[in-house]
Amino acid sequence: MTADLPPPYTALTRHPMMARTSHDEAARFNFLTHFNRYLSGTIGKGNTLAYAKRAMPAFRAEHGREPTDRHEVRDAMNRDPWHRTWSALKRNSMEMRQQNGRQTVLRQLDDLDARAQRYNAASGQLELDPAVDQPWYQRAIDIHCQPGGYHSVERAGDVVAGANYDIGIFATTGGALGGLNDGGGQAVVEWAQRERPEWQPKRILDIGATVGHNAVPIAQAYPDAEVVAIDTAGASLRYGAARAAAMGVTNIRFVQASGEDLSRWDDGHFDWVQTTMFLHELSAKALPRLLAEANRVLAPGGLILHIEQPQYSDDMPLFEQFMRDWDAFNNNEPFWTAMHAQDLKQVMAEAGFPRDSQFTVGVRAVVDPAIFPPSPDDAEEDFGRAAVWNAYGAWKPAVWAMAA
Amino acid sequence: MDETEPLDWVALSGKRAKGRRPEFFEDPALDRLYSVVFALAGEVSVLRERLDTVERLLERNGSVNRADIEAYEPDRQAGEERGLATRAYLARIMRGFQQEVEAMEADDPPIGELVEKLGRE
Repeated sequence: MTADLPPPYTALTRHPMMARTSHDEAARFNFLTHFNRYLSGTIGKGNTLAYAKRAMPAFRAEHGREPTDRHEVRDAMNRDPWHRTWSALKRNSMEMRQQNGRQTVLRQLDDLDARAQRYNAASGQLELDPAVDQPWYQRAIDIHCQPGGYHSVERAGDVVAGANYDIGIFATTGGALGGLNDGGGQAVVEWAQRERPEWQPKRILDIGATVGHNAVPIAQAYPDAEVVAIDTAGASLRYGAARAAAMGVTNIRFVQASGEDLSRWDDGHFDWVQTTMFLHELSAKALPRLLAEANRVLAPGGLILHIEQPQYSDDMPLFEQFMRDWDAFNNNEPFWTAMHAQDLKQVMAEAGFPRDSQFTVGVRAVVDPAIFPPSPDDAEEDFGRAAVWNAYGAWKPAVWAMAA
Repeated sequence: MDETEPLDWVALSGKRAKGRRPEFFEDPALDRLYSVVFALAGEVSVLRERLDTVERLLERNGSVNRADIEAYEPDRQAGEERGLATRAYLARIMRGFQQEVEAMEADDPPIGELVEKLGRE
């Protein structure tokens, strides 16, 4: 009976940098957690039914054929009353999550900013560079409806963006990422330690780290390694560095830098380059530039690993592609659709990772099952929100195999 | 903004996300109405949870104060009981949506057809 009940917000590990929630602020997140699970679970199949019983037959009647791509499916479904209704519910859930997170953070901002300043001044783990521009593809729209994106501030030097991001992930994921929202990073660690038990990377780069919730578990698992977490958004890094310091994780630095320009690091500097749920927040031209730079700074024999949702392929039904695309059009994730349509293996090959050095592997969030029940993990029901991912990776060849 | 002035956290928290919002319904009033209804649905859930906290504190301590309410964290069992209550609450307010899904699955003919058929056979 209780297996599908998400835990209460208060089950989260409240690290010292986390914004403190009042009773009612936590209760708002509890409602949204349940609401999100309800939308994807209990009534999620309404979209499948509306497509099979209404939108698809109507399309066939009008065009005399089946839809040929996910965009035709979307056009058909955007006329369907159920899908509109469901989308309106889901969009509102995202907006409510943002407002509740911002109310929580903004009302105690003086305290949060002061705490962050204290931690960052004492730890030296934050390195901001005002010369780093927030790229146009991050400025054009506020990704996943977070007002101000990852980068904006309400006043100079504040931690609003990072603090709000950290407390809201719980509601958005239905509590599926564990007590520190780090189920993704924990999954990466579990995979790496199983795959290469003896491997001890010395220098690790996490690109697009935001608040470091997925980079910190890597730093914790490899205490002798030096982890560099980069992002263009200083507003998120300020919080992330303070968060790591508050958690007592000292072998990680938060550096403001763009993954498209890693020129401050020499060729082969890192043993491991990681991205977690980040590539879909780039652009068509930025992605190959970033991968080429990642290739350059990765040492021979090193690991590159990207945690993402599965790419769209001819094997994936158009309806599933359309559902997975929902965030692109309804939750301000504009690169999501083009990115997932790419042949990522080919893009990685062009960036210098030979195909025979590449692999893909399925990973799922690692959480404490005593507190956090499994996420609604049937991908068919959840279409891109379950804490179940595909990892695209490569072990960079130790000796360059020359392409014929 | 003068940095010595406190931020208006209430006003700032409602800031919109950059990017044009999809229009889900033909009538924009319906989009606005959905935003109100579900914000209120959330608030009712919050009130119910707060009342549950008050009840549990009274049961345990015989008295209640606001600091205790703010500090209250449900243990495992209380968390499950409250979670179940929230799930049941959602099931009640979402019944129309859930039954619409069931109806799509069932594909019942219009009632008029049955009225006619029962009158005939």
